Amino acid sequence: MIKQSPVHFHRMKDMPSTHLLGTGTPMCAGCGGLETLHTMYDILGHKTVFVNAAGCMTLLSVYPFTPFHGGWLYTSMASAPAGAQGVRDAVDILLQKKKLPAEEDVEVVVVTGDGAAYGMGMSATSGAMDRNLDFIYLCYDNEGYGNTGQQYSAATPHAALTSTSKGSHGYPGYKKDLFSIWAAHDPAYVATVIAAEPLDLAKKIEKLQAMSGPRMLISLAPCPTGWDYDPELSVQIGRLAVQTGVWPLKEYIDGEVRHTRVPQQRKPVDEYLKLQGRFKHLFEPHRDEQGIAEIQARVDAYWDKTGAR
Amino acid sequence: MTRKLLTGNSAAAWGARLAQVDYIPAFPITPQTEIIEDLAAWIDRGDMDARLVTLESEHSMITAAGAAASSGVRAFTATSSQGLLYGMEMIYTVAGWRTPFVMVNVSRGLASPITLESDHNDIMAARDSGFLQIHCATCQEIADSILIAYRLAEHADVRMPAIVNLDGFYLSFTREPVDLANPSKAQAFVGDYDPENLQFRGNSPLSQAMAVLGGGPYSYFRYEAHLAVQQALSVYDEITDEFDDIFGRRYDMIDCYHMDDAEYVFVMLGSFSTKARDAVDSLRAAGWKAGLLRPRLFRPFPQQRIRQLLQGRRAVGVIDQNISMGMGGVLHSEFATALYGLKNAPLLGSYIGGLGGRDINQQEFFAIADELKQAYESGESLPPRLLYTQNELTEMRKLQAIARAEHAEIHQR
Repeated sequence: MIKQSPVHFHRMKDMPSTHLLGTGTPMCAGCGGLETLHTMYDILGHKTVFVNAAGCMTLLSVYPFTPFHGGWLYTSMASAPAGAQGVRDAVDILLQKKKLPAEEDVEVVVVTGDGAAYGMGMSATSGAMDRNLDFIYLCYDNEGYGNTGQQYSAATPHAALTSTSKGSHGYPGYKKDLFSIWAAHDPAYVATVIAAEPLDLAKKIEKLQAMSGPRMLISLAPCPTGWDYDPELSVQIGRLAVQTGVWPLKEYIDGEVRHTRVPQQRKPVDEYLKLQGRFKHLFEPHRDEQGIAEIQARVDAYWDKTGAR
Repeated sequence: MTRKLLTGNSAAAWGARLAQVDYIPAFPITPQTEIIEDLAAWIDRGDMDARLVTLESEHSMITAAGAAASSGVRAFTATSSQGLLYGMEMIYTVAGWRTPFVMVNVSRGLASPITLESDHNDIMAARDSGFLQIHCATCQEIADSILIAYRLAEHADVRMPAIVNLDGFYLSFTREPVDLANPSKAQAFVGDYDPENLQFRGNSPLSQAMAVLGGGPYSYFRYEAHLAVQQALSVYDEITDEFDDIFGRRYDMIDCYHMDDAEYVFVMLGSFSTKARDAVDSLRAAGWKAGLLRPRLFRPFPQQRIRQLLQGRRAVGVIDQNISMGMGGVLHSEFATALYGLKNAPLLGSYIGGLGGRDINQQEFFAIADELKQAYESGESLPPRLLYTQNELTEMRKLQAIARAEHAEIHQR
């Protein structure tokens, strides 16, 4: 892939003012994943081919409509990175054999949910990183199997109520650290992002555009349907995820992890939790001090350990 | 043309090389692995201008093959047995993409119990997927079938992926003399890959394999794929006629041996049919009018031609190297379907044999012929048979006795 000359994103007014992704998709109102995809696509531009795994975003393209300017390939739940491998290799072969003009080169982007990224598709993702595949991977992480009605996945946070963890304490497990698992492969780039922090997101996309090799993004995707809140709160919840320190924004390059946004005065996790129906049992009928304190302690421990300033 | 002594696997690798494939997503599995080793060695030495990538599973491998063929390059891949099953989701999926590429399957029995040896349950599992299927009996046929399979898969009336099947060990590791096509002639025969409308570009909003809502569009696309596979029947004859003109080797969709006046007919797929050939020779020498019918093309299934070829015969023994649990032989069912309602249809017997590499010996073919004859003369229908000898059962009982003794010993401790 020929790398594009960077545009610099310093302020909100540097952000693209029009969206490339068409409207009228069947995504839920307030979908945090779709917001990330919008920003990403606007910056990457139309020379982008998306390779999708089974998940909510599969419904972006329903015959005979597509919101994309370029190609879209639905593969399966487990093998989207392998689909990207096939497309990338084919385009490289065509470029090399002069069957495709250089200006027709494309950026290949895998789009999957957390169900595929944290679980079924992990082997294919690991393989793509082993092979140093030149691609971008966007995981829209709504912390559960959203498209089937929000059953818990390996991305579900502790205590969240899901369709398969409806008990009084919610999900007993803890969210898997996919960032570290991906970073352990030493790919070109790994970052966490969120659409509610568009400048941070834009800067990261700008940065990865200039790189080649596996460039991996995990976007926390606030999900009104799965997390049980009003769609108008998506941006607020997204910001609170960052401000409370629940969703650390960071990046991995050349063996180093750097936090790109360090909340100086972290807000208490309650502020993030209490807006979401999936954590309602922590506040009603009475406040579960112990449960909330445990979540707070884990967040504090994370930041203490990083020493990030 | 060069004549070489090649294993079935090497013949398959040569087929891919002569077809000038651009891209080979690969994954090792016995007994297929030699194919990708040969290809990798040629690419490393610069003898072949292609890219080989080892994926981390067959599921990914088949995804990559379909995605690459959909992006405009000629793709080849190979697998066996458990690998084919591991990739089965994608076998069905990429067929729906209408993406033409060729995959070699080196047949091997399925777990459980696990075995390395050959039978056809693996390839039968791909029967309903949309992949075309060509079954080979010799090493020569393997190399040639790959060239034919590319033409068939890429034909404008077809546009479906194809599997070329060969038997593990019996063919994969057996050396036979193979006439390798002259590379430029092979290239002229196969032609350049024409992706038609299959290409992912930044500037064209092409979606593939997208969702549909409702049964109407779904049924439409499924019927279209079915009709495309069926169109391969007429296209096959054109392509193999052309192949015969250029290379002097004929590959009819059904290989017939002594069928002109045959009264009793064996039906088999793949390399074990060469054993049936020997049996036909012996039976002919003893005065029998015996014959062999071997479908090379299994998908699409040449139903009409089978009806024409079997009408008026006395009895047919279908020997299946597969078993559909609770039903019996798959090939037998397909022949029963093909012959149903045919005037002067032959009696049809079902025999299951050759599972997990088990041999089918000449005496068994003779016993089948006897049974067919008796059934014809008495007018009684034939019960299905599982081929197994007393000796095999005795050996099995010995193994069971050891297993019981081991089990007892463990429990005594």
